[in-house]
Amino acid sequence: MTEFLTSIPAPVVTIITVLVLVALAWLFLTRTVLGRGFSVPLRTMLRPVETAEYPEKPRPVAPRFHGRHQLNRYADGLEKCIGCELCAWACPADAIYVQGADNTAEARFSPGERYAEDYQINYNRCILCGLCIEACPTRALTMTHEYEFSADSRSALVYTKDQLLAVVPPGGYDTPHTDREVRERGLNYYGGLAVTPPTVKGGKYAPAAAAPSARAGQVIPTGKLPAPGDQPIDPATVGGPTRPRDGDSR
Amino acid sequence: MTPLWVGLLTTVVVFAYFLIATAVLIWAERRVVGKMQSRLGPNRVGPFGALQTLVDGVKMFFKEDFTPAMVNNPIFTIAPLVGVIAGFLSIAVIPIGGEVTLGDETFTLVVADLSVGALWVLGMGSLHVYSVFLAGWSSRSPYPLLGGIRSSAQMVSYEIAQGLAIASVFVYTGSLRVSDIIAGQSGAGFVDGMPGWYAIPLFPAFLVFAVGMVAEAARPPFDLAEAEGELVGGYHTEYSGLRFGMFMLAEFMQVVTMSAIVVTLFLGGPSGPTFGLPGWIATWVMPLLWFTIKTVAFVFFFILLRGALPRYRYDRLMDLGWKVLIPVALVWVLVTAGFVLMNEIGGLDTNVRIGLAAAAGLLVIGVLISGGARARDDQRPDAPAARPEPDAQAVSDREEVAQ
Repeated sequence: MTEFLTSIPAPVVTIITVLVLVALAWLFLTRTVLGRGFSVPLRTMLRPVETAEYPEKPRPVAPRFHGRHQLNRYADGLEKCIGCELCAWACPADAIYVQGADNTAEARFSPGERYAEDYQINYNRCILCGLCIEACPTRALTMTHEYEFSADSRSALVYTKDQLLAVVPPGGYDTPHTDREVRERGLNYYGGLAVTPPTVKGGKYAPAAAAPSARAGQVIPTGKLPAPGDQPIDPATVGGPTRPRDGDSR
Repeated sequence: MTPLWVGLLTTVVVFAYFLIATAVLIWAERRVVGKMQSRLGPNRVGPFGALQTLVDGVKMFFKEDFTPAMVNNPIFTIAPLVGVIAGFLSIAVIPIGGEVTLGDETFTLVVADLSVGALWVLGMGSLHVYSVFLAGWSSRSPYPLLGGIRSSAQMVSYEIAQGLAIASVFVYTGSLRVSDIIAGQSGAGFVDGMPGWYAIPLFPAFLVFAVGMVAEAARPPFDLAEAEGELVGGYHTEYSGLRFGMFMLAEFMQVVTMSAIVVTLFLGGPSGPTFGLPGWIATWVMPLLWFTIKTVAFVFFFILLRGALPRYRYDRLMDLGWKVLIPVALVWVLVTAGFVLMNEIGGLDTNVRIGLAAAAGLLVIGVLISGGARARDDQRPDAPAARPEPDAQAVSDREEVAQ
């Protein structure tokens, strides 16, 4: 026995020793109660870390994340907000202030009758619940993925209209527009009906029958559940695909 | 007689080696434990957070070193110093590399190769108990006192087991000198090509020492001295600033020191294959490299223990020390002595002797593992006498699921 063992060359013995040690370690880590416990942190070392390296590599937020608000525009730059204050009414934290004003033929901000002369969201109060987004009839108010807007003073957290308004899309113009410009473009602002904004007669707007209301793009409740294949209608779509709806009386 | 400059050089080199190793350990431990817990660990200062220890040290240096009014002041100040000094002194007998030739002088990278080298290590470990105990006592505060009592009892108990484990090494080598212990392991073991490390013939003693060193260093799972859930910070609750930093340094230093000691006593110290490399690489670099690799492996073992195991309950810690480790170590001293004696009277062939020792070692570890696994439920004093019968409905439900 001893003679046979000593006849093996030393490097081979070394390799066999190392292999035996590795095998023993493997048996320990996979077969014994104690070793299986030890193998848990060892296996965890091989897995990627869970830490979000936030300021350097922020992780993408969820697609419907409730971030900072934004006041949207149409493709030509007209504001979608019609100053209806429904967002302010919906807000449970009373964080939104809207001051509406009439559009005029020479200074048109939105396709509708009215526009938001001033629009403020107080982020000291806002709980980012999104009820204002649900209330908005024209999809003027939406939420972005931006969440890094803390500030060191309360007044800095009251966002005004110029901070909330979206940038002018390429090819569009900043408000105000004139009625002439808007009509020449011939855009369809409220999906489903090729309409232009109401015209002004003698300083007064034409009645709603002559000029489709700003609510034309809203989904009118029919009392029926939507069919499985139905596409949701998004009034924010500028000239997008539309389809006739049941119960739409127009 | 070695000239003065050789002594100074080796002292500085060894001191720097262990100090840098400690600094690297504090950072590496946080990184590795972080990785074991699916997180990153410190990553802000320097590449991969490597300068974190330095910054922490600067912070500790400049923090207010507050002395509470009720403390017993001279002892309160001396206690952390005792810990650090004992930690530094215990590295004095550990050779970190092989023979170095500078000019006409050839010397080993060791501060002092004492004739009682291994006892020196034990002695410094005992001195460290004073640091813990005096800190707890002089704080005059309940939590530090409890922490100090706990950890001194723990350290004293495990020192016995450790001392018996080292005794096996003494008996096997026939010398207390560390250089003799390393020389005894540098040759071939059972067969040529197998390392002659004492961890193989003295496996139970190695195991006892490995468990004992974790308790000596007061590391998880035996870190009862500073069980933060129950004792706030243990013996160093009342310390702050630089004096707390000294405790921390001593504690982490002990991890490196204990790893170095176990490598020296059981894993051949700086010995290792040189792969036929020429000249100074084989004599200077490779021993240092092997020593570092082995020490790092043990330091990783310490970190793995921290990542894997929950803290022991105090009575179980004492049970393990007194009822398992000390008997095993004691029996192994006797067995080793028996083999050595048999060898001296010309009884057994060396290979048979080592083979028997290894077989017995494997037997003991097998008993330990299987017994430890079974004892968990059966021997618990508060375990219910009989398991309640599972009710018939649950059984039939399970059968339905199985079908």
